[in-house]
Amino acid sequence: MLSVRQVTKEFGGIRAVDACSFEVERASITGLIGPNGAGKTTLFNIMSGFLRPDRGEVWFDGQRIDHLPPHRIARLGLVRTFQIPRELKAMTVLENLMLVARDQRGERIWNSWFFPSKVREEEEAARAKAEEVLEFLDLSRHAHELAGNLSVGQKKLLELARGLMADPKMFLLDEPGAGVNPSLMRRITGYIEELRRRGTTFLLIEHDMDLVMNICDKVIVMNQGTHLAEGDPEVVRQNPVVVEAYMGGTP
Amino acid sequence: MTVEGVLSYLVFFATMAGIYAVLSLGLNIQWGYNGLFNIGIAGFFAVGAYTSAILTTPPSPTHLGGFGLPMMVGFLAAGAASGLIALLIGIPTLRLREDYLAIATIGIAETIRYIFQNEAWLAGGIRGLAGIPFPWRRALGPSANFVYLALVIAILAALYFALERGLRSPWGRVLKAIREDEYVAAASGKDVFRFRLESLVLGGIVMGFAGSLYAHFVGFISPQAFHPMLTTFIVWVMLTVGGSGNNKGAIVGAYLVWAIWSMTEFVTDFLPSAMATRAASLRVVLIGVLLIAVLMYRPTGLFGEERHVSRLIARSPTGGSHARSG
Ligand SMILES: Nc1ncnc2c1ncn2[C@@H]1O[C@H](COP(=O)(O)OP(=O)(O)OP(=O)(O)O)[C@@H](O)[C@H]1O
Ligand SMILES: [Mg+2]
Repeated sequence: MLSVRQVTKEFGGIRAVDACSFEVERASITGLIGPNGAGKTTLFNIMSGFLRPDRGEVWFDGQRIDHLPPHRIARLGLVRTFQIPRELKAMTVLENLMLVARDQRGERIWNSWFFPSKVREEEEAARAKAEEVLEFLDLSRHAHELAGNLSVGQKKLLELARGLMADPKMFLLDEPGAGVNPSLMRRITGYIEELRRRGTTFLLIEHDMDLVMNICDKVIVMNQGTHLAEGDPEVVRQNPVVVEAYMGGTP
Repeated sequence: MTVEGVLSYLVFFATMAGIYAVLSLGLNIQWGYNGLFNIGIAGFFAVGAYTSAILTTPPSPTHLGGFGLPMMVGFLAAGAASGLIALLIGIPTLRLREDYLAIATIGIAETIRYIFQNEAWLAGGIRGLAGIPFPWRRALGPSANFVYLALVIAILAALYFALERGLRSPWGRVLKAIREDEYVAAASGKDVFRFRLESLVLGGIVMGFAGSLYAHFVGFISPQAFHPMLTTFIVWVMLTVGGSGNNKGAIVGAYLVWAIWSMTEFVTDFLPSAMATRAASLRVVLIGVLLIAVLMYRPTGLFGEERHVSRLIARSPTGGSHARSG
């Protein structure tokens, strides 16, 4: 589904990602773990088109994507969330979601002037879909609230909701569980598993080892920008190299 | 002052304010909805005015053309020329950091003024360009200004409705999303550059229309009329006072600020003659104080932004719940 090949990215001499390679299987949940500063988010930025790699290639669904701009990658169905939620503060939750709807004729201004009923029809559909997503994530109550007024946990859910609006084939989740309470964490875990059952592929960065152990089919460990190890979560947890790099020696 | 005097002043006032309201609508598309920092409004305004003037004046040895075309042609061409300038500014700058657009717009505005000032063959240079027609002026006699006011109001209203419809739509929603966070817009599959360019160009077209309305109203234009700081600054104050992101606010703000601006003229008339030379600066200071007061006590402006972009949601009877409309 997704293939990262020898990807390297430097920031003024610091090698944030260093000849990193791995594959993600279709309809799997893959965990991407590693200590702070390992280069995980940088890799997400490369996969989603926000950064260009200095070297190496990224392939998604049979297509090379490392030279594509972010909006093109999103439209291919490779959709990301942000580590720190980035909600559109001055817009309502509902419109945060309706924004994402694809193929809206209303995104061309002249269609609003000359074909208002078509535009309206598509917008109705976008709204219905947004309401469905809010329903699924149990956020319907907040539909008309300004996104800036949501709590931290709700903003995390909004990230997920916005991604869902884009019909992702594959979801890149950057720390979906960071800073959320245990009960919300269980809910988020449930959503991820449910979506995977429906065929969505996941690559998720996470520091919470319980979450990783619970839902991931496979774990990839990064350290200092490179792929250090990968495999079954339990096996990786026991791997002495990983224990040394990631957990600082305490299993 | 006679009744006719007052009346004719009011007509003059309402026309000028209406023309500024068109500028303010243009800025609202760029800044209010899309966060584009255009500080070269005077340049777009001037390009519109000069384009319309050159195309509609009778042939003349003192400047380019004099093509004697109908005012309607001048009006549309003014929008096109100003929109083209916006396009040329936008293509190289809108992919870069935000400050590049600001620098480019003010730079182009100044350049445009110098060109009109120094290239006398083009538009009369510093002496300006006179005899810009309003076709029915002679036939209408004293009521010509009334008719012109009606024309300005009609165009303002048409622009208002067209922009409300165009902005309160998925297009406007993307603009607003880009203003809020361009990364989110991009990650949501929206081509940020394309939407920014469209917003800059549409705003430019609207500002060009305003320039044309101005030229045909006063009949004479010269580079001094497009002082970058003054025009640009006052339009910014208008939009901010009225409510950035709200088309109604853009219009009301224009009328309000133009009223205050005009009143400061009367006040400075009473100043002792020793201070009269500084009157112009004093007026700008007064408007600056108004701006600061609004920013402090009502940062969203008089109207502020509406909660929903979409008319679909705004129209739903509940507004606050998630009942479906339609
Ligand atoms: N835009 C940037 N400019 C310069 N350096 C950067 C930039 N982005 C990331 N880095 C550096 O690259 C390295 C990797 O950062 P990255 O954010 O990818 O780590 P991470 O694995 O996501 O860490 P965390 O678990 O803390 O989120 C860090 O040293 C960081 O300081
Ligand atoms: Mg990170």
